[in-house]
Amino acid sequence: MERRDFLKQLTLLSTSGLLLLGGNGWAARAIGDDKGQKRLVVVFLRGAVDGLNVVVPYSESPYYISRPTIAIPRPGEDGGALRLDEHFGLHPALSAIMPLWDKGTLAFVHASGSPNSSRSHFDAQDYMETATPGYRKTPNGWMNRLLEVLPGTRSATEAISLGPTLPRILSGPAAATNIALNQAGTRPTPLDRPEIQAAFDRLYQGNDPLSVAYRDGEAARKKLLAELTEEMTMADKGAPSPVGFADEAQKLGRLIARDSTIKVAFLALGGWDTHINQGSVSGQLPNRLKALGETLATFVQALGTTYSDTVILVMSEFGRTVHENGNTGTDHGHGNVMWVMGGDVRGGKVYGQWPGLSGNELYEGRDLAVTTDFRAVISAVLESQFGFSTTQLNIVIPNGPKPSRDIREIMRA
Amino acid sequence: MKTKQLSSAMTSVRIFRTWIFYIVALSLGFSALPSNAQAESIPSELKPIHVLNRLAFGPRPGDVERVKSIGVDQYIKEQLSPNSLSPPDSLATRLESLSTLRLTAPELFVEYGPPSDATQKGDQQAVQRARQRARVILEQATEARLVRAVESPRQLEEVMVNFWFNHFNVFAQKGLDYLWIGSFEKEAIRPYALGRFRDLLGATAKHPAMLFYLDNWQNTAPNSPGARGAFKGLNENYARELMELHTLGVDGGYTQDDVITLARILTGWGLRRPGQPFQARAARVVGAPGSENVPDSNGFYFDSNRHDFSGKVFLGRTIKESGISEGEEALDILAQHPSTARHISYELAQYLVSDDPPKSLVDRLAKEFLNTRGDIRAVLNTLFHSPEFWDGQYFAKKFKTPYEYVISAVRASGYPLVNARPLLGMMQQLGMPLYGCLTPDGYKNTQAAWLNPSAMTQRLNFAVALAAGRLPLNQRPIEPAEQMGEIKQPATENQPSRVEPLDSTNLTKLLGDALSAETRTTLDNSPGPFRAALILGSPDFMHR
Repeated sequence: MERRDFLKQLTLLSTSGLLLLGGNGWAARAIGDDKGQKRLVVVFLRGAVDGLNVVVPYSESPYYISRPTIAIPRPGEDGGALRLDEHFGLHPALSAIMPLWDKGTLAFVHASGSPNSSRSHFDAQDYMETATPGYRKTPNGWMNRLLEVLPGTRSATEAISLGPTLPRILSGPAAATNIALNQAGTRPTPLDRPEIQAAFDRLYQGNDPLSVAYRDGEAARKKLLAELTEEMTMADKGAPSPVGFADEAQKLGRLIARDSTIKVAFLALGGWDTHINQGSVSGQLPNRLKALGETLATFVQALGTTYSDTVILVMSEFGRTVHENGNTGTDHGHGNVMWVMGGDVRGGKVYGQWPGLSGNELYEGRDLAVTTDFRAVISAVLESQFGFSTTQLNIVIPNGPKPSRDIREIMRA
Repeated sequence: MKTKQLSSAMTSVRIFRTWIFYIVALSLGFSALPSNAQAESIPSELKPIHVLNRLAFGPRPGDVERVKSIGVDQYIKEQLSPNSLSPPDSLATRLESLSTLRLTAPELFVEYGPPSDATQKGDQQAVQRARQRARVILEQATEARLVRAVESPRQLEEVMVNFWFNHFNVFAQKGLDYLWIGSFEKEAIRPYALGRFRDLLGATAKHPAMLFYLDNWQNTAPNSPGARGAFKGLNENYARELMELHTLGVDGGYTQDDVITLARILTGWGLRRPGQPFQARAARVVGAPGSENVPDSNGFYFDSNRHDFSGKVFLGRTIKESGISEGEEALDILAQHPSTARHISYELAQYLVSDDPPKSLVDRLAKEFLNTRGDIRAVLNTLFHSPEFWDGQYFAKKFKTPYEYVISAVRASGYPLVNARPLLGMMQQLGMPLYGCLTPDGYKNTQAAWLNPSAMTQRLNFAVALAAGRLPLNQRPIEPAEQMGEIKQPATENQPSRVEPLDSTNLTKLLGDALSAETRTTLDNSPGPFRAALILGSPDFMHR
């Protein structure tokens, strides 16, 4: 029943998208209110990050029993976790984001995740990107549906994603731009040659959908190219690039800070599928976490004052087994931790109900249970950040669970 | 308003047609109706390009002349009997060189699957090494698919392989399907692309790639003697998609009870992991391959120990408890169901005629489907001879998918396809990686699914690069083994890295019939060297 209704709703959605395209180009939308400057950035950790070693439940003895070689020591011990509260500590490799925690703009939701039990990366990522766990045929991603209901004027640079292809989470009828923020992304393409462009401009000067798409695409590219070229020149004068994606994050951050038409951004980072030699305080996972922490810190810095209007959500498809395996790694699990940061975030707190790590408290006898549906966290953020009504929210997150009062607390109203 | 004006003069049929046209025109974004809104047939000089755009992935140099000389009827007839057309020797040799395509699914598992002893010891590095080595399977499958799509004279077969693969989609990166994607297409799709629907249904149901993708290999009667471990319960996944996507369609008139019953019917339809000793259980070891407890050449077998032998009522029909033949009976019922006929007919009409296919055509095709017991060739023959197929309002109105765009551009260029990677890369960039559709409904073929601003920019850049001869289509790619650092080969600097730029005169000759007056004017007013790129990037070439 629910599936059917949902399908119909989506059909309606995509039909209206088509008519928008076919009519007078992009229809102008309600003029933005004070929510018009709000941004949302989603960072997806593909491969399932080990949340139990990100936000460490150091007060739980089963944690240390289950992980004889890869556990993170208690705060105060050698290489110990950075104390968050009386139960949880942050992996020491993430020290770069501790200042955000201390300032109260970084929060975590522990034991969060998908209600679906799949331990397949591709199923679970798909469900998180469509926000329809268990239903595989959703045609569009939830961030694309978000574009449909966002107030303000439509632009092809409203949503950008870093990477070679548009990810599932942003795919759908609303225009979104993906840019590869490496050399290839900023290298001029044949279409940037004025005489070629002029010829194509003549071919696509009508009001038909192809011409409209062509002009939107050209406008988006021109704008991003101009700003990125300037960014690169600026960045080159600065300090050498930090590790990992921090360089890209910096460009993205500055771009968002400069360009108020960008409302939504997406960044995916891989390398979290740590089945072997995960490492404890040093090693594979700590190296990745260090890079991620620095990426996020750089990004926040690059956003500047725009950070106060931005929410950054960090999520991953599922968590990893409580017990370490025979290769000093962890296997595919269930519950995980979500990270929420931004100006309006009531940070400095680990949210969610902690289910415990003892035998009978574990999901299917092996994994951290999920006590907060990831959709509830997204919904709470969207409600506060964009002031969405229930109807609007239901388009973005169809049939999603209502966030509990505790989860709503994450955001300052 | 327009309808009112017309209504006095025209019959109700005409009004309906006009209305349909109005809807189509709206969705295509026409700002005004052409004065001549009635359905007119495609003029005969455009018929050759029309069949080449719909029964083939567009024309290659010489194709239009050839169709003109033999006539469109003969062309359709030939395409419906692909065995009458012999592939060129070069293509046959090329396909023969792709060694993994000759292996059966069990052989692929033994040769390229995770090493069984290593898995037991938990040697993840050995598993990863095997996984890397197995990449050659996907490389060869994609090469075979694309080279055929570009060079095979049996174009309709390729057009239908593309259609049926999407209809019965499996995802190359789900579980062990990276091993079996090529085998799935070769064994379960290609042989029946123009054959009987029931054969397609049976072959896909039993292929390990599908058994894995939609989890039916684990589907087990909860209290059966074989229920244990990962095989402990009912898994509805395949049963549901079998009805919703493969046969009846979402509104095809089945209930959740039917889903559960079909899942119970299909308990025990699984696969024997090759390399594992076959545990013959006392009785039932006799029988033909694929029957009870005896694997067929693809590794499918029916495990009677995990089957639900209780009685069942499926879609209102009593299914006698009889083991594997219950599943065969259910597939018979589904293949012959009027909802299936309608669902498949709609999809065919959408793929080959219009995003919003005329109901009259869908009805006619469904009738033919039922009358011929799902003979795909017969249904296609009806479609290609229908007035709707030749209706001028649908001419060159299907927006090409990334797959169709890229392949048709390379076909029009006439370049030989030695290296398919630039094509694969482009499809990936445009969001349509070959064998990379995650969801079981496969890729869509409508304009709404594929037209977006970045896609236009990327298509035009591809057109420019292709026309300038800048894509390394004639350069052998680096062998996968070499990428892994196992084989060192001398650098290939002496090989030409580019092909000759495209000559716009040849392209104009090839596609001239299909180019609009506006496009021609723009071409005439543009510098010569850009003309070829403009043709491949024109709105006319974006459609088929």
